[in-house]
Amino acid sequence: MEITREEIDHLAKLSDFSLSDEEKDGLTTDLKNIIGYISQLNELDTEGIEPTYQVFEMENIWREDEILPQEADREALLNLAPAYLGASGVQDNQIKVPKVL
Amino acid sequence: MKIASKDVSAVSMVKEALEKAKRCKNYNIFTSLNEESALNRAKEIDEKIARGEDAGRLAGVPYALKDNFLSKEGNTTASSKILEPLRAPLDSTTVEKLEAEGAIMIGRTNMDSFAHGSSTENSYFGPTLNAYDKERVAGGSSGGSAVAVAKGIVQFATGTDTGGSIRQPASFNGVYGFKPTYGTISRYGVVAMASSTDCIGFFARSADDIDLLMQICSGQDPKDLTTLPDYYNEKNDKEIKKIGIIKDFDLSKVDPSIKKAFDDKVSELKKDGYEIVELSMPALKYALAVYYIVVPAEITSNLSRHDGIRYGYRSESAKSLDDVFSMSRGAGFMPENKRRIMIGNFVLSSGFYDAYYLKAQKARTLIIDEYKKAFEKCDFILTPVSPSPAFKLGEKVDDPVSMYLEDVMSVPLNLAGVPGLAIPAGETESGLPVGLQIVGPRRSDKALLEFAGRIAGEAKINEEVE
Repeated sequence: MEITREEIDHLAKLSDFSLSDEEKDGLTTDLKNIIGYISQLNELDTEGIEPTYQVFEMENIWREDEILPQEADREALLNLAPAYLGASGVQDNQIKVPKVL
Repeated sequence: MKIASKDVSAVSMVKEALEKAKRCKNYNIFTSLNEESALNRAKEIDEKIARGEDAGRLAGVPYALKDNFLSKEGNTTASSKILEPLRAPLDSTTVEKLEAEGAIMIGRTNMDSFAHGSSTENSYFGPTLNAYDKERVAGGSSGGSAVAVAKGIVQFATGTDTGGSIRQPASFNGVYGFKPTYGTISRYGVVAMASSTDCIGFFARSADDIDLLMQICSGQDPKDLTTLPDYYNEKNDKEIKKIGIIKDFDLSKVDPSIKKAFDDKVSELKKDGYEIVELSMPALKYALAVYYIVVPAEITSNLSRHDGIRYGYRSESAKSLDDVFSMSRGAGFMPENKRRIMIGNFVLSSGFYDAYYLKAQKARTLIIDEYKKAFEKCDFILTPVSPSPAFKLGEKVDDPVSMYLEDVMSVPLNLAGVPGLAIPAGETESGLPVGLQIVGPRRSDKALLEFAGRIAGEAKINEEVE
């Protein structure tokens, strides 16, 4: 299966990352080879087989919805925010990002 | 496991481990070392021992932590640029449990970025070198942890295994590496890769040492709802009589030294009175294709949280919010991270979902059924871990499919959720370690480690530094 440059651009957009032209060239070949490999599944007959999405043997484990003391509280989490324009990335208990509108 | 006592202090054990770690600097095993806090912890342990208190089952034992376990010590980088600045505000459950028994983390180990890879060459901090040949890879993704044990720096190290990331580097460096049954050890506080296959496990010098770590770390965790109630510490009286070998694996394509190690082990088992059962598992040959559909799909989802906003690296050139996402992720992920995220988006996109993702999950059912049937005929299965011993640095890095083929014998276990142990099984003519893998049914972990203890000896340690 051929992978076009448009498809690479579309997948990069879905993946939310920027790519250089060189990266796009490499990925075009790599994705073609990988998709070629995984396409061998077509030979396998899976007619009437139920899919398995997870291998955990239990389901519906319930617990009370209660607030427990957290080691990583709001302040600890805010401290992780990266700097913004060379200054602290936190202001008024919130994380600063570029203007959205 | 050698623990600290009145005769051997925790401080001396930690000092020795740190010295060895520094001597092995050229192997690029650690992403960070923890000297000060490790020595302080060691002093506390020694004081406890001096007071006659119980200092725990791992009192003063230095260990190495794979770089994708959250810990308040050091930065949890997952060997990536995007998480390089992350100073975690909490400890993962595994770290908590190990340290409650007195273990002391001396450093964080190098890995393929986000555990994507089979050689530790995809690390933002450069590759870790093989313990036996500095021109060869450590294996991956838990390469640093495997070499830390193989070089005798620590008695044990943690790892994660999504498709072979503990077993393959263990075999490349001649140590034990265990991937438990899915759900046995809590994943709370570990950087997620593929949630339906990720497992926490260990590297050590013997099956006995891994058994002790399993006793300590297995069990249900209220912070991880995919943990099983503790079955590991129940009494095991499973009698082992029959060992399966899979006739569908074409061993003629496997390196001759691995084939020889396999044949020798089979003869040995026969001589010791075990019955060898031939198994037909034809769907296993599709496991790698299934894996490289299911796992990238889950990676796409799990790695979407790394957005450059709340923690980690944020691009300084980003002018708009969209730029923050795309430029931080574009610069923050390694090429293999990008390949997997894009493959995941491809197999999940409309038009391809049925042909790839759904098809793979149906094939997964067939693989699980084959294991179920196999374990009606035998107690454990013996296979190689990988088709070749450690390969040369750079040999496969530009050819993702040949790198993926490294995992052909290790991924089926993760898809089925069954446990597997890499055991040391000799060496090649040029002295590279060779490993074999013992596979068991779900929840047979304890019996599997006991069996391994009977059929394989203590791992060799190579303290020689080139």
